[in-house]
Amino acid sequence: IKEDAPVLQPKLHRGVAKVEDYALPAYFDRRDSPLPDVSYVQNLSAEQKSLKEKEKGSWVALSNEEKIALYRISFKQSFAEMNQGSGEWKSVVGGIFFFIGFTGLVVLWQRKYVYGPVPHTFEEEYKEKELQRMLDMRMGPVQGFSAHWDYENKQWKK
Amino acid sequence: MCGNMFRAVFRLSASGARSLTRSRPCYSAPLASRCYSHGKVETDEEFDSRWVTYFSKPDLDAWELRKGMNTLIGYDLVPEPKILDSALRACRRLNDLASAIRILEAVKDKAGPHKDIYPYLIQELKPTLTELGISTPEELGIDKL
Repeated sequence: IKEDAPVLQPKLHRGVAKVEDYALPAYFDRRDSPLPDVSYVQNLSAEQKSLKEKEKGSWVALSNEEKIALYRISFKQSFAEMNQGSGEWKSVVGGIFFFIGFTGLVVLWQRKYVYGPVPHTFEEEYKEKELQRMLDMRMGPVQGFSAHWDYENKQWKK
Repeated sequence: MCGNMFRAVFRLSASGARSLTRSRPCYSAPLASRCYSHGKVETDEEFDSRWVTYFSKPDLDAWELRKGMNTLIGYDLVPEPKILDSALRACRRLNDLASAIRILEAVKDKAGPHKDIYPYLIQELKPTLTELGISTPEELGIDKL
């Protein structure tokens, strides 16, 4: 930009609207984005501040505990922690079985108390007559029903 | 896309006789490799040197380090030791040990089921790690729960 060119000055809106938390860069632990926008710990204690100063020097001088402390300032969970599974699936499968079982009880109750009697066509005597009728009219004579009936000996084919 | 994302390491690339021997677990896919285009395909070496140059910038700032690392981890490859070396040195310039350790964790995670890649990377990076004083996650015990 040339120095004498007219430059639009942005109108600063400080004091007009509050910047909401969710609009600011957030911290997150993600496998596919290892370095989040912000450190996990934003407000450092005095001890952490002095550790940060020490970090500017040689890292060989840092003890393992100090290195871990520095890591924990910047990050919430290590990769091992963020990737760990949980036992939640057991609860889910257990819940599934429980509710299937409960549904079974509901169905049994319904069958007893809600549904009326089955039609008369289910009675034993009716069924016998129905079967005889089917054989008489030769239903499925080739490969189906009547094909399995031995008309000579009046029994089912073996 | 002509090939699938998970190219076997033993494929011979279109750009010439570069053989990847079994002992060198160098898994990397060339960038923008489409068999049906007549555009230039970036070779592995070009890709590596581009990234080494990126992290070698003397006044690299923290945002650029994060952006570079997150982008690199987004690719379907495990970065070469020289790229990681450059990135770790960038962390040193920025006085950020935590990010250096995080980078090591990330590449180990990136290798996925290929368990032999990470030890190779550490072996190649050992001189840099001892020089800069970066402990591996294993040394600090944060690779376990």
